Amino acid sequence: MSIFKKLTRGNSEESLEKKRQKMDAAVEVENLVVQYVTSSETVEAVNGISFSLAKKHTLGLVGETGAGKTTAMLALMNMVPDPPGVVKSGTVKVNGLDMRQLTPAELQNVRGSEIAMIFQDPMTSLNPVMSVGEQIAESIILHRHLSEKEALEEAKKMLAMVGIDPNRVGEYPHQFSGGMRQRVGIAIALACNPTVLIADEPTSALDVTIQAQILRMMKDLKEKNDTSLIMITHDLGVVAELCDEVAVMYAGRIVEYGTLEEVFNQTKHPYTEGLFNSLPNINSRQQKLQPIPGLMPDPANLPKGCAFADRCAYATDACRSGDVHIQHFSDTHYAACSAYLDPAFHIQRGY
Amino acid sequence: MADIILEVKNLKKYFKSPKGNVHAVDNVNFSIERGKTLGIVGESGCGKSSTGRTILRLIEPTSGQIFFEGKDITKLSSREMTKLRRDMQIIFQDPFSSLDPRMTVSELIAEPLNYHKILEGSGRELEQKKEKYILDLMDTVGLAHRLYNAYPHELDGGRRQRIGIARALALNPKLIVCDEPVSALDVSIQAQILNLLKDLQRERGLTYIFITHNLSVVNHFADEIAVMYLGSVVEKAPVDELFRNPLHPYTKALLSAIPVPEIREKKDEPLIQGEVVSPINLPEECRFRKRCGCSCEACAAGIPQLREVTPGHFVACCNL
Repeated sequence: MSIFKKLTRGNSEESLEKKRQKMDAAVEVENLVVQYVTSSETVEAVNGISFSLAKKHTLGLVGETGAGKTTAMLALMNMVPDPPGVVKSGTVKVNGLDMRQLTPAELQNVRGSEIAMIFQDPMTSLNPVMSVGEQIAESIILHRHLSEKEALEEAKKMLAMVGIDPNRVGEYPHQFSGGMRQRVGIAIALACNPTVLIADEPTSALDVTIQAQILRMMKDLKEKNDTSLIMITHDLGVVAELCDEVAVMYAGRIVEYGTLEEVFNQTKHPYTEGLFNSLPNINSRQQKLQPIPGLMPDPANLPKGCAFADRCAYATDACRSGDVHIQHFSDTHYAACSAYLDPAFHIQRGY
Repeated sequence: MADIILEVKNLKKYFKSPKGNVHAVDNVNFSIERGKTLGIVGESGCGKSSTGRTILRLIEPTSGQIFFEGKDITKLSSREMTKLRRDMQIIFQDPFSSLDPRMTVSELIAEPLNYHKILEGSGRELEQKKEKYILDLMDTVGLAHRLYNAYPHELDGGRRQRIGIARALALNPKLIVCDEPVSALDVSIQAQILNLLKDLQRERGLTYIFITHNLSVVNHFADEIAVMYLGSVVEKAPVDELFRNPLHPYTKALLSAIPVPEIREKKDEPLIQGEVVSPINLPEECRFRKRCGCSCEACAAGIPQLREVTPGHFVACCNL
């Protein structure tokens, strides 16, 4: 068990408490800008997003590959790979802590214990040469200051909680199936009972039957532990199952934000509309799908004005120049779409 | 009499492993009418891709027969098989790993043309013919001409999959096995590719075997669906019938597990438990027995065979 000797415990809890401010929400992000800067180009991954996540709520972060979802969440944990990643501006607060102002030792204390992440691909996110028990125990030793033996007992409890036989605590990741590995990933993330959990496409690599099991388990655990959850996904079906609020991201911006009911039943942004229309609907076999024409613009070369204008059926010249208008429909619901400057404008959703 | 383009009889593919035989494909039977789409659905490891590849003899079947336009192709020599592959093509799942990164778009599309010597002529004349052929194909699948000399890494997933489709179409096949052609793509791109495949089917009278784990896609795309579990077809029916009236407990579980993008009453029906068991040295009992709520004697007594419950609707379950 010498494997744990490397773990250094930061003695930064006091300084951490000094930096903690009072905050009602679990997460607050304001005007976050993240870029990947290389000698040849600057990739504008996240271009000024703001949102807050209330305690015990679930936010669904939806969008295509390259929309900046994962980068935004890495910034939330102050984990953007640097270089080439640069957090240009913005504030990120988790449980009253300004993540960008913390020292590495303080960050180590916060990550895993207050904010944790479940990664997308359970095949590559686990360490192949550590047993699953050791991987779960790692963060328990670090954050809860238990002995190795106690931590492994705790790891067994975690395994039982996610539905794996505790006797498998000494087995290695390759001995588990994909669904089981994702359960291990969830056990690691939940081991120290974080108040904020980020799940980065936790079920995209899994079969539907296993996905349904994992989603139900996450929902139960979230309710049991009072966790706030941010769910990154491209699957609107998963959002409908799990989320309270939805943020639709496109080219590094949130283009529509609202409660689940508002975004699904009173869709306002043309991109959200396009996402719904391009889904094959299991309840009505339409003859032809309506894809969104074209592709997302290269984030290293974003157009002026609205980034969606080239793919948008409603776009006017006004959309292609100047700032994008933010239209509020209720206290919780807004869309970033200049077409709403015309009071008569509305969109037609297919189903 | 329906015009059957492909018929598969008692197809088996076992892979040898140190622990015993892996029953990847275990006694699969089906037939497809010309111009139709058969969807094969199931979880990973159920043998759907192995079935698709065995049909093209990209892997050799252990036993069974495959009739393509009435001819048993399992008996053909490899030279005869090469000829036949002009009529049977495949589109692979992952457009990121199925294209040679050192070949340009035009070279990739030209590869099947060169191999099968589709175009005649020589020298300059042949080159011009080939270029025109490739550009026509690029038009068909919606690739801009400026990408003629581009390399795959310059393109996104949707465009790469279009190259895969162009390669499959280059030989004017009659049957295309689509092995999860859209699972690696974003929904908005997925819809573009599905529409393209559908248009091509209408224009060219193509027959598809559409392998997927995504039931909403197959519902949109297929005429008939075969649900596979551990190497066997457990239910087969026309698409509307299958979705309206699923009979096998596994099909029911699959359908109820799909997350639907609508706000509705949160269902609390029991989910299917456990995971697919190992396909090595399977016992002679219902394949689904370990995950099914039912545990009657008939399930343990032997493998249930497909029975026609209503016209066209086949189920392999002893409780019907």
